[in-house]
Amino acid sequence: MTSPNDSSPRTYPDGSDAFPHHNLLDIAGLQPWEIEYLLDEAEQWVDLNRQSSKHDDRLAGLTVINAFFENSTRTLLSFEIAGKRLGADVVNMHAAQSSIKKGETLIDTAVTLNAMRADAIVIRHGSSGAVQLIADKVDCPVLNAGDGSHEHPTQALLDGLTIRRRKGNISGQTVTICGDILHSRVARSNIICLRTLGAIVRVVGPPSLLPAAIKELDVEVYTDFDAALKGCDVAMMLRLQNERMQGQFIPSPTEYHHLYGLTEERLEKAGGDILVMHPGPMNRGVEIVSSIADDPERSTITEQVEMGVAMRMACLDILTRRSRNVEGWT
Amino acid sequence: MNLTITNGQLILPGQDAPVSGGIQADGDTISAVGDITDIKDTVDAKGAIIAPGIIDLGVFAIDKPAFHFGGITRAALMPDQSPPLDYPARVRFAAYSGKPDLWVHPLGAATIGLNGSEMAEIALMQDAGAKAIGTGRTWITDSGMMRRLMQYCAALNLALVVHSEDSGLTGNAVATDGEMATRLGLASAPAEAEAIAVARDIELARMTGAKVHFRQVTTKAALEHVRRAKSDGLAITCGVTPAHLFLSDIAIGNFRTFARLSPPLRSETDRQACLAAVADGTIDVISSGHDPRGAEDKRLPFADAAPGMAGAESLLALSLGLVRDGCVSMGRLFDLLSANPAKILGVSAGSLAKDIAADIILFNADDPWQIHSDKMLAHGGNTPFDGMPVQGKVTTVYKGGQQVYQDN
Repeated sequence: MTSPNDSSPRTYPDGSDAFPHHNLLDIAGLQPWEIEYLLDEAEQWVDLNRQSSKHDDRLAGLTVINAFFENSTRTLLSFEIAGKRLGADVVNMHAAQSSIKKGETLIDTAVTLNAMRADAIVIRHGSSGAVQLIADKVDCPVLNAGDGSHEHPTQALLDGLTIRRRKGNISGQTVTICGDILHSRVARSNIICLRTLGAIVRVVGPPSLLPAAIKELDVEVYTDFDAALKGCDVAMMLRLQNERMQGQFIPSPTEYHHLYGLTEERLEKAGGDILVMHPGPMNRGVEIVSSIADDPERSTITEQVEMGVAMRMACLDILTRRSRNVEGWT
Repeated sequence: MNLTITNGQLILPGQDAPVSGGIQADGDTISAVGDITDIKDTVDAKGAIIAPGIIDLGVFAIDKPAFHFGGITRAALMPDQSPPLDYPARVRFAAYSGKPDLWVHPLGAATIGLNGSEMAEIALMQDAGAKAIGTGRTWITDSGMMRRLMQYCAALNLALVVHSEDSGLTGNAVATDGEMATRLGLASAPAEAEAIAVARDIELARMTGAKVHFRQVTTKAALEHVRRAKSDGLAITCGVTPAHLFLSDIAIGNFRTFARLSPPLRSETDRQACLAAVADGTIDVISSGHDPRGAEDKRLPFADAAPGMAGAESLLALSLGLVRDGCVSMGRLFDLLSANPAKILGVSAGSLAKDIAADIILFNADDPWQIHSDKMLAHGGNTPFDGMPVQGKVTTVYKGGQQVYQDN
């Protein structure tokens, strides 16, 4: 079980100077202390969510729209619960039910959402950059819940929170990210977040699923999974994003498991106390075996889901402070 | 009716720097160049540069206001129209579409529907006015088909204008492999996709003796192949657009769809290689790649946006930057913009010499203006150079001795 970060308390600038952003579109635009601030703010929501009455009314009267142009279960639910626990009126828009199918452009949809006077819009879209495109057209804060293969900032933040609570610190940890790095927005956001906070990041996967210039993101690149695991503190397993693959990238899931599946033997061979993470959804028996995934001592998979709600509550709270006229937030 | 222009700076074949003088046309052809005296009713160029009209090799739309503003008197139209220029009648219609104030030279589609698998009626399209044959926006994957196309074009003495990117490597890519594409999470392809395509077509040209024009060569490795083919004496030519000379893939940052081009913007190393290839003569043609797009094609997520830029208006001004930077002389610039495209298309135009078509532009090389997306005359204002201050403005355009444009 994770525990609150007990390192020395940090101090932040007053009011909105602590997080001077209108939107949360990517991790790449954040300073290290801004990320720390988000993580620290999430701690109170972890505590609240563990109580029997999990309610806070600070967003009462505000409308949060979850506009998901790409299918999602856990992220959508996580944002919905986060909004509701803060007292907001949460509305979900699924692409399958929207005018997108009728040929409406993304810009028109954005303008429509804006006209409905939402107080925050959470967007997931299958194209890199689509969330920024919408954010440019709406007045309220926009939270990126994943755009194409670009970024998924709240996932990186909740992963950071999980690591910090388990390991005490992010700086100095060696984190191995394994799998389909090429198509993964989770990998990109995590690489930037972890490097910004001082962790060492290794990426490993089939060469066909590693971006050509991945070294430029200041990571160590491996194709040998055992070598990448050796001496690391955290192993972050990613699934194969078959829905984004155009053409064949690996011969078969069986062969993938042979080279990059996280098994008991591999973990044992790597030695040390490796924390196993997975953003979900998992493909059991492909990138990870069940005995590891289901072991709460080694794996944080369900904790990540728990941290996700708290992290998203923190983001919704912080980004709506201006419209709620919270003192110091201008 | 005769046209006489005096008191200008002439750009003459084989001369690096402009020469003081004037020019005279008899009907639609040039009758005298140099010292013009003893003539009434002359046009005073007031010291402006007198240059051959620009021949824009490979535009995707006929956009007269933009062409006239940019000093373009002839446009070689890509076959990628709707419907494609793959039948003689369509070619004939396109060839007439510029009259009376613009020459349109259609490029016939090499294959029916530009599908890459069925040969179009090349000789009949030539009779209908096709000045060259083009593969369009796409690569012909079937090397056997490409060989037969080259054999056919060689026999008819038509240049084959090709797009060079190996489609197996490019797949659904919208950017070049590199830090920018990796950070943005955009599907990208290796720059080598171009060199591989160019290398194949050079070898096929060596076999068939065809005249092959690579419309855009944008990478160091591909330019090396072209350089070698030229030194082997093959009839290979290649072109580039100002975008690949002045921008690298950094321009796609922030998902700017105006910088989504085909081929995509390259690394800084490749950009420098393009400049070097312009300077050393490896690159023969600078064209605009004019492809105006409205908001419905560009105000989309990057990968969903259509590639291409509206380039006709800024072609001359941006290219004059090459002269100011010392990359090429003024004379050589008009080989790239006018004389070489005329040679590839086999038209009697593109230089200021006796008996050549009197397509003439006057411009002031130092006149400043600003490229502005919202104020462009083209169908669309999609330019990655939005906001850029440039120098060089066309004042007057003549086609066949007739004035067709006057800047107010």
